[in-house]
Amino acid sequence: MSEYIEHDKDSISVGIVEKKLYTFSEPPNEMVLESGAKLGPITLAYETYGTLNADKSNVVIILHALSGDSHVAGYYKPDDEKPGWWDNMVGPGKGIDTNKYFVVCSNIIGSCMGSTGPCTINPKTVLPYALDFPVVTIGDMVEAQKALMDHLGIKNILSVVGGSIGGMQVLEWCVRYPEMVASAIPLASTTKHSALAIAFNEVARQAIMADPKWNNGNYYFGPKPDLGLAVARMIGHITYLSDEAMRLKFGRRLQDKHDFSFNFDADFQVESYLRYQGKKFVDRFDANSFLYITKAGDYYDFEKQHGNGSAVKAFSKTKAKFLVISFTSDWLYPTYQSKAMVKAMKKNGLDVSFCEIEADWGHDAFLISNERLTALMRGFLERVCNETRQQNAL
Amino acid sequence: MSVTKLVNKMRYDLQIIASWIEPSSQVLDLGCGEGDLLKFLINHKQVTGSGIEHNEDKVAECIEKGLSVLQGDINDEVLDYPDNAFDYVILSQTLQQVYEPDTLIRSMMRIAKKGIVSFPNFSHWSIRLQLLLSGYAPITRQLPYEWYDTPNIRVITIKDFRKFTQEVGFTILKEVAINTQSENRFGKVIKAFPNLRATYGIFLIGNGK
Repeated sequence: MSEYIEHDKDSISVGIVEKKLYTFSEPPNEMVLESGAKLGPITLAYETYGTLNADKSNVVIILHALSGDSHVAGYYKPDDEKPGWWDNMVGPGKGIDTNKYFVVCSNIIGSCMGSTGPCTINPKTVLPYALDFPVVTIGDMVEAQKALMDHLGIKNILSVVGGSIGGMQVLEWCVRYPEMVASAIPLASTTKHSALAIAFNEVARQAIMADPKWNNGNYYFGPKPDLGLAVARMIGHITYLSDEAMRLKFGRRLQDKHDFSFNFDADFQVESYLRYQGKKFVDRFDANSFLYITKAGDYYDFEKQHGNGSAVKAFSKTKAKFLVISFTSDWLYPTYQSKAMVKAMKKNGLDVSFCEIEADWGHDAFLISNERLTALMRGFLERVCNETRQQNAL
Repeated sequence: MSVTKLVNKMRYDLQIIASWIEPSSQVLDLGCGEGDLLKFLINHKQVTGSGIEHNEDKVAECIEKGLSVLQGDINDEVLDYPDNAFDYVILSQTLQQVYEPDTLIRSMMRIAKKGIVSFPNFSHWSIRLQLLLSGYAPITRQLPYEWYDTPNIRVITIKDFRKFTQEVGFTILKEVAINTQSENRFGKVIKAFPNLRATYGIFLIGNGK
């Protein structure tokens, strides 16, 4: 996902927030991953906003995508340049209202934003894991998040919300812990990557691995594979936008010039934009994490893993009320994938709402401030909150 | 706000449909619009309700109101539900716009125990008279379009619908003919010569003879 982070135009914010750490799975009780490998200790970086109510019934978990982190909303310091990545959605009175809900977001394992991943020191070798880090799956990420919920004493979750790879984690929560999860919002997501999505991820991974500085993943004490990672990010950005979005945003406009340079500088605005995004990304993201997380996304197959290839069978194990949302111009996670999900949910008699939002901004649309999206989330959460309360009162 | 007042805020045909629904039943509203009927049924009849609507703005309005509604084409969406998933499936003022009404009504009766269908009555005297006297395709307040831009591609009369249910083997459990305007909250039930005097017909149908 791209970054569209801006200060709230009305200065509404959860305010100053703190990144916390939780470490578990200490040897010899390491977590057994889906691959069979063991991982421990595991640290999760997480943040919480709002107040947990007395009966702990107002928990909303946010699950981030590829390059996201636990910093969903607010600021670490008053003079931070930018708030968290979904500040437009999460805050007092916003779509996910922190006056009502206790919001938790943790950084996924395999990432590099505070949770255990390939750049973490391996206690056995006292060196960064690099490629010794075991391949983690979407299911493994969710198991780690479950451990955090246990630690926080949370037994019931009002809603799990996430876009893209975060949406996969949403589905995984619903199928692994059906009794815990009252509702779920998969946004711009899918039960499995299409060949197109895998193809783009593979090209991005190849860009990293073709960079000599990648050095089989061992670059933590020398120069980093910045060029490879930047190209990987550029590819990502193409898939997050759309033909329409690029035409509107850049067209064939030139960057700071009136004519072609007749060399290989960035002439077009779109070239300049991609280079800038690529460069910016290498400062904050680890190339190996990019490899691990994209692979986890590509491996994910909800139907195969939970329904022997049948989405209907897989969703028969879930109980949550669903709000599925897709965006018209999203060609990375196209609407037909969301509709297939909805179809399987209906066949199981699940409570499902679905809306395809008209938006020009491709896959990135779910991150951009959008009144419709905000209103949908607010209405749906209010309903499930009321219904859950009524049910508990019985 | 009293129940009567809320009822009166709804379209007249929806008020009648609402009165037919048993409390605490499972209801699916096809082409649910902004969800007025569903909201009413949930609040006052404690039904479990959901809806299908094609228009994104209307779908969004429904979900914002706290309704369970999904965006899609009613003809396709009905196919996904298991048999007898609902007590009632409602199709109000939409039948005349359906390309394959036969298929849709059969699908409705597969997924629900009972179906409720309402439609503008094409044999109202004013329509008959217009065609007879002017020779042009009739334009009325219920069917306010020219022949070339109308979404209403089916011409249905109350008598036609009765005949249809008999042919396909569904039973008419209740039938009311009303005189009202399309978006109107007021109207009256027509008892004598309904096929001639009513602007809308509303039917509750069940499976089997």
